Amino acid sequence: MDSPPLPDQEPRRYGRRLFLATVAGGISSLYWGKAAWDHVTGVISPVASAVAPILPTGGWRIYTISGHMPEFDPATWRLRVGGLVDNPVSLTYDELRALPHVEQVSTFHCVTGWTVQDVHWGGVRLGDVLARARPQASGHALRFVSMEVPYVDYLTVSQASLRDVMLAYEMDGKPLAREHGAPVRLVIPEMYGYKNVKWLNGIDVVPKAVNGYWEDLGYDRNAWVGRSNGYGT
Amino acid sequence: MKAGHVRRFSPVERLLHWVNAAGFFFLLVTGLILYLPSLSMLVSRRQTIQGIHFWGGVGWLGALAGVVLLGGRRLLATARELDSFDGDDLSWLRGRGAPQGRFNAGQKINAVLTAAFTILFGVSGLLLWFGEEDTRYRFASTVILHDGLMYVSLALLVGHLYLALIHPATRHALRGMTLGSVDAGWAARHHAKWRPD
Repeated sequence: MDSPPLPDQEPRRYGRRLFLATVAGGISSLYWGKAAWDHVTGVISPVASAVAPILPTGGWRIYTISGHMPEFDPATWRLRVGGLVDNPVSLTYDELRALPHVEQVSTFHCVTGWTVQDVHWGGVRLGDVLARARPQASGHALRFVSMEVPYVDYLTVSQASLRDVMLAYEMDGKPLAREHGAPVRLVIPEMYGYKNVKWLNGIDVVPKAVNGYWEDLGYDRNAWVGRSNGYGT
Repeated sequence: MKAGHVRRFSPVERLLHWVNAAGFFFLLVTGLILYLPSLSMLVSRRQTIQGIHFWGGVGWLGALAGVVLLGGRRLLATARELDSFDGDDLSWLRGRGAPQGRFNAGQKINAVLTAAFTILFGVSGLLLWFGEEDTRYRFASTVILHDGLMYVSLALLVGHLYLALIHPATRHALRGMTLGSVDAGWAARHHAKWRPD
């Protein structure tokens, strides 16, 4: 098909080299991709924060486990705190918001590898909510119940006492959006996202931590970022 | 074939192209539902969409493999054309106009990258699927590779669609990929070194 090659026109097999180099580079990126990406986003952080509002995702993926994403109705929603407590309580949205307001900036890590840097959370400390229910000494763990049935997850009391654990009803200056778990979600930055229960409507004080939804499917109960689920071990 | 036209793409080449295109768009749409928060709100059945996306991907790779087997030596000859870059191709890539064969150098690179990305989409997709249940298949960077491939492929696709549908000088090429033949004069201008059968 081609005309006879001239001496300086000897065809070269660049196509297969490009193919193999692209495949090899892509496969090897399984080992360096995240480090490189975090480095790039770290370096261009001012730029990234400037363009973040126009990006379609803001870095988030939305995971659900059921066919219907829970809807928040302020008239009927309650945050129930029960189990091994002296004073079971049921807070309305306004009552929750009347508790001492705290804000924090923390990074959100998903176990599948994506990360959202510097999320600005607003809400209440878990301890302030629990204190109203007066947990009993025999309760060594907490069960967090989502409106998205059957999602539940557990933390030990000592895990739940980490100082930046909170119940967030605001994200990046706005009320928590439906896809992020409206009206309130658990935030525990030290652990992977599946411990940060969305669409929260119940907290029970229980004797000990057992498997939550994802842990029944093989994920680690103590989901420390970088030190669980096959990472860093 | 219409008078004054020459055959550019064989039926099996066109089949490979359109099977790939159909699979890519199907996976793009189902993938974006998983990826974009606003779309995942509208279609909140994540498990269902995830299964459709995964099995759609398996079907896509299977269909491509089937067409490649069907094409056999004819497609191997096409692959050799795409593999081979001569001095004119390198000049063309440097922006100095140079006569081109049936594929110009840009088309060769696009085809080679598309093939490589197909392999990488497949590998990273399988790792995402199996890594959800088994930590041996879990890498922190798999999702970054899969998403990165999507962004680069999307950029290539936008350029490809512009040249195939909009740019006046090149959009005649679409006829070659649909009906198989192109105008002989157009072929002589754009692919001067190509000697159609």
